[in-house]
Amino acid sequence: MRPVAVIGLGKTPFGAFPDRDLRSLAVEAGRQCLEDGQVRASQVEAFYLGNFAGPAFVGQNHLAPYIGQGLGFEGIPSTRFEAACASGGTAFFHAWAAVAAGIYDLVLVTGVEKMTSQATPRVAEILASAGDVAGEMKAGATFPALFAMIARRHMHDFGTRREDLAAVAVKNHANGARNPYAHMRKVITLQQALAGKPVSDPLTVYDCSLVSDGAAAVLLAPLERAAEFTSKPVRIAAVAQTSDRFALNEKEDITTFPAVRRAAEQAYKMAGVGPRDIEFAELHDCFTIAEIVALEDLGFAPRGQGGRYSSEGCTLPSGPLPVNASGGLKAKGHPVGATGVGQICDLSLQIRGEAGEMQLPRHELGLAENLGGSGASAVVTILRAA
Amino acid sequence: MKVYTETVVHSAPEAYLNEAPYQIAIVVRDDGSRVTGRILGDRVAIDDQVELAETRNGVPYFTKRNQ
Repeated sequence: MRPVAVIGLGKTPFGAFPDRDLRSLAVEAGRQCLEDGQVRASQVEAFYLGNFAGPAFVGQNHLAPYIGQGLGFEGIPSTRFEAACASGGTAFFHAWAAVAAGIYDLVLVTGVEKMTSQATPRVAEILASAGDVAGEMKAGATFPALFAMIARRHMHDFGTRREDLAAVAVKNHANGARNPYAHMRKVITLQQALAGKPVSDPLTVYDCSLVSDGAAAVLLAPLERAAEFTSKPVRIAAVAQTSDRFALNEKEDITTFPAVRRAAEQAYKMAGVGPRDIEFAELHDCFTIAEIVALEDLGFAPRGQGGRYSSEGCTLPSGPLPVNASGGLKAKGHPVGATGVGQICDLSLQIRGEAGEMQLPRHELGLAENLGGSGASAVVTILRAA
Repeated sequence: MKVYTETVVHSAPEAYLNEAPYQIAIVVRDDGSRVTGRILGDRVAIDDQVELAETRNGVPYFTKRNQ
């Protein structure tokens, strides 16, 4: 396998954009990315699209060639990847694999979701289709409900407090306020987070990520050719995709995500680093409890201590391991299919030193964790300055 | 049978809008297997004993067992 680099980035703001359609968002991010990498559409050899539920949200299927045409691609393989909230990360993983294997040199990965054209109960139903429709969802579960049940059990087993969950929300909101591309740029207090409107006990609106529209794109090339396109290549030190049991009631222990543990183990080995070497991370905080569990599964905090680790300020931009300096899914927004690709953009911006007000002091080695469903898919990526 | 975890759903999907708020739980059956179902009547907490009240549309409905 040959080393692969990220040589271009593109991103739309995340938010609610009633006047924008799915294709125009994806095309905007893709074009920006090609421009950033100084690559013409005719040079791109394959197109990888991450999208969770375009057919349900906007009624359009066969999305990869549909968007590819808008980007000016002609005749290249164009494929959509779906792995619930890990759709973007999965597209990125397969694009990396193809370049690493020497099949292509230049590939574009784009993630997109257009969610806000549907009313909240319908959005909840579409998102719920990423769970076990004939089992847990038929019983009336929603995604917030699944993660609420994880939170309840984590609180029961480890003494995690409601305040620990709220600390994650407060931190990610403060971070998002510094991100010009974030859906919600609003600082909140611990009291506000604790008094939020209940969604699924013990989770309130402040524990839940946002329903957003948006797109993100990255351009990949073999590291040896990166200098042809950019003066700031970012090296993909590792990327691993894994899977696990599907429904929550089929898991032995719901307070951990074995898919994330496996992906992390593989990624650390591939990159030749450990959790202590990682300087900053973008974690999949679809719900506050998910960031807490991820901290443990990735080896940043001891088992059961992710909540305490967060409350103690360890994940603040000024802490030993800044997490979600972008605002995370909580404040930056969570256009499902775009999220995994957006995380790669955010890590790369930090590594390139172009993160503006979000820029972290230590920014040479970053990790992204992208989770699908209630843990049936996971992608862990480690990027470093080339 | 006892409760492994639970939540009260306030924000329901389209199909169950008129039933919210309602409680769901993962229940450990006597053979150790687990199932996601609804709770009828009194709210339950982790480790509470429950029994099957009925099965509706393939979904098990449990009630709290009085100690």
